[in-house]
Amino acid sequence: MPERRLVSGNYAAAYGALRANVKFIAAFPITPQTFIVEHISEFVNDGIMKAEFMRVESEHSAISATVSAEATGVRSFTATASQGLALMHEILAIPAPLRLPIVMPVVNRTVAAPIGIWAEYNDVMPQRDLGWMMMFVEDNQEVFDMIIQGYRIAEDKRVLLPFMPNLDAFILSHTYEPVEFADQDDIDDFLPEYKAEHAHLWPDDPMAIGVFSPPEYIQEYRYQTEQAMEASKKVIKEVNDEFAKEFGRDYHGLVEEFMTDDAEAIMITLGTVTSTARKVVMDMRKEGKKVGLVKLRFLRPFPKEELRKIAEKVDAIGVYDRSISYSAGGPAFVEVRNALYGMEKPVIGYLAGLGGRDVMYSDIKLMFEKTLEAAGKGKADKEVVWVGTRGVNP
Amino acid sequence: MSSTKITIHDLPKENLFTGGHTACPGCGAAILVRNAMKVFGKNTVIYTPANCLLVFGGTYPNISWKVPYHHVAFENTAVCSAGIKRALKASGKDDALVVGFAGDGGTADIGMQALSGAAERNEDILYIMYDNEAYMNTGIQRSGSTPYGAWTTTTPAGKVIKGKERFKKDVPQIMIAHNVPYVATASIAYPTDLLTKLEKAKNMKGFRYLQVYSTCPTGWRVPPEKTVEVAKKAVETGMWTLYEYENGKMTINVKPKLDENGNLAVPVRDYLKMQGRFRHMTDAQIETLQKWVNEKWKRDLALEKALQ
Ligand SMILES: Cc1ncc(C[n+]2csc(CCOP(=O)(O)OP(=O)(O)O)c2C)c(N)n1
Ligand code: SF4
Repeated sequence: MPERRLVSGNYAAAYGALRANVKFIAAFPITPQTFIVEHISEFVNDGIMKAEFMRVESEHSAISATVSAEATGVRSFTATASQGLALMHEILAIPAPLRLPIVMPVVNRTVAAPIGIWAEYNDVMPQRDLGWMMMFVEDNQEVFDMIIQGYRIAEDKRVLLPFMPNLDAFILSHTYEPVEFADQDDIDDFLPEYKAEHAHLWPDDPMAIGVFSPPEYIQEYRYQTEQAMEASKKVIKEVNDEFAKEFGRDYHGLVEEFMTDDAEAIMITLGTVTSTARKVVMDMRKEGKKVGLVKLRFLRPFPKEELRKIAEKVDAIGVYDRSISYSAGGPAFVEVRNALYGMEKPVIGYLAGLGGRDVMYSDIKLMFEKTLEAAGKGKADKEVVWVGTRGVNP
Repeated sequence: MSSTKITIHDLPKENLFTGGHTACPGCGAAILVRNAMKVFGKNTVIYTPANCLLVFGGTYPNISWKVPYHHVAFENTAVCSAGIKRALKASGKDDALVVGFAGDGGTADIGMQALSGAAERNEDILYIMYDNEAYMNTGIQRSGSTPYGAWTTTTPAGKVIKGKERFKKDVPQIMIAHNVPYVATASIAYPTDLLTKLEKAKNMKGFRYLQVYSTCPTGWRVPPEKTVEVAKKAVETGMWTLYEYENGKMTINVKPKLDENGNLAVPVRDYLKMQGRFRHMTDAQIETLQKWVNEKWKRDLALEKALQ
């Protein structure tokens, strides 16, 4: 029987590592990720998690050791947030071209300045171009499930790329929700033991991993990494469907649609804001307003084809962002608009909740109303709209 | 501190770090690595950070390493090596030796944090710093390990300031302060001492640190055929002390010649004049360096006495 417990997002992540039979962890604490490290320490010290655990002296070392352990051929795990992720940046570029299927949850938190500890995506967005699969979860069940699915997807021979589930600081990391943990046997059937055939550091079968490479070779690394990222789209869907069949929870793969079929205006959201947006959609539908919602689960690989198909159906698209790329707009907005190039539909970027400010029901309603208005007019008054900012009229 | 001496005649013929690499002629680091690999044998995994060795031994497709070899970045030799070792342990291959070979820049400067962390955790790895006293791979820039007075491209012999103004950082003493099982200095000019230390370090458990004097003819402005001679002179003048620290005890393995007053007998000037990197030094600078060497030697002796 699956076990159901009330746990925090951080616990769900740590327990996911345990249930995924991770053999190596290196980690360093940072608010709001700290409890992941503490829970793993408890699991290891209580003997319920049989893994090597390096309590390293920095996040730079955490990811370095994790990369080397994965290169040695064992299933490896780390977790971080914010400044820690920024400190890792150099090493985050390593595992994808070396095809090392690490899973690393990131608890999204503001990167200074100003220093703050609440939810913002300005930690993760600067890491988009390094070859990690990146997805955003909505609740604690999804945290746990995506650690398990994450290893299955990452270790698939068609993929072999690192995997980064993102969870919102405090809203998930420190909030208790009921989470169902499947039986270990069922998880083991779904996620078999990792066999490191393509990359290992075993003296009985020597390999050089991470060698100095002249330009004659690097461009092909890039091309193959890109191909693997594209191939992951299919694998993500397959794994999603198999997981849904096995465990009864269907996340719909790269994107999840909600009431988009006859919608005039849709919002595209990342992370926990999606739950509020779903409620707004239901209420506005009661008022006869034709709105819909797309939960953008994966930012990498980027679901361009799926978004274009959805955009065909609607008249205007709003995109919610919890971080800004200065002078360009929110990163998700920029990417969606790019994907919809040539479709001649208004796309509006909404910035709200930066630095962890609460994104209210009324904020999201305003986003829908503005997008509906653009749908009616066939154009947007403003491309980038700041919502809930003192002294700024949205 | 007894252990059987290993000489070059005891080494196997087979190279696990093969010829055909692209180190400069006379490169001390290459001499060290080739011989060290003969001591370590096949059941070894190697990590190198960014440095000359990465480039001359690990450039695709001409890899000189015949054992598993790994590189991630510049500042994480100790932690990546430890990650490999822990992962080997987790997969039942705990008998393999994991060695990190880093330069002085990757050790004394940018790698110091990861090094200190791994030493404090007593990770089961052998860390070898080949000390060529500058960042050679990027074209001879000063490091914390560059000696006083030396010319580098970031400590040029200018009209006002001539060479490095600060003294060499004493990394082995920093490692001793971490109270790890084994810390030793060695030199490519003293092969028996070097090989014996490598063999000893190979067979120990826990964190072992070895710092090996490795002449860099290119960066020091020394003719390649003088590599060993220069390295010998470093020990004779007291610029380099050969010692080991094991289980809390320190032993100086080779004592330089002393005069009747117990001071170092061979002046540091004899060492400096062999190398272009010191050519610009004024008498006052040489005197300053001599004073530093005298004090360092006294401190090494005092430490040996204290750590018995
Ligand atoms: C983070 C980072 N900063 C700088 C560099 C550039 N870099 C590569 S090797 C090197 C110097 C290496 O010096 P050292 O460790 O003394 O080894 P050597 O080159 O002398 O063998 C530098 C500065 C780098 N690769 N990574
Ligand atoms: S520059 Fe110096 S350390 Fe580098 S390969 Fe040449 S001799 Fe060796």
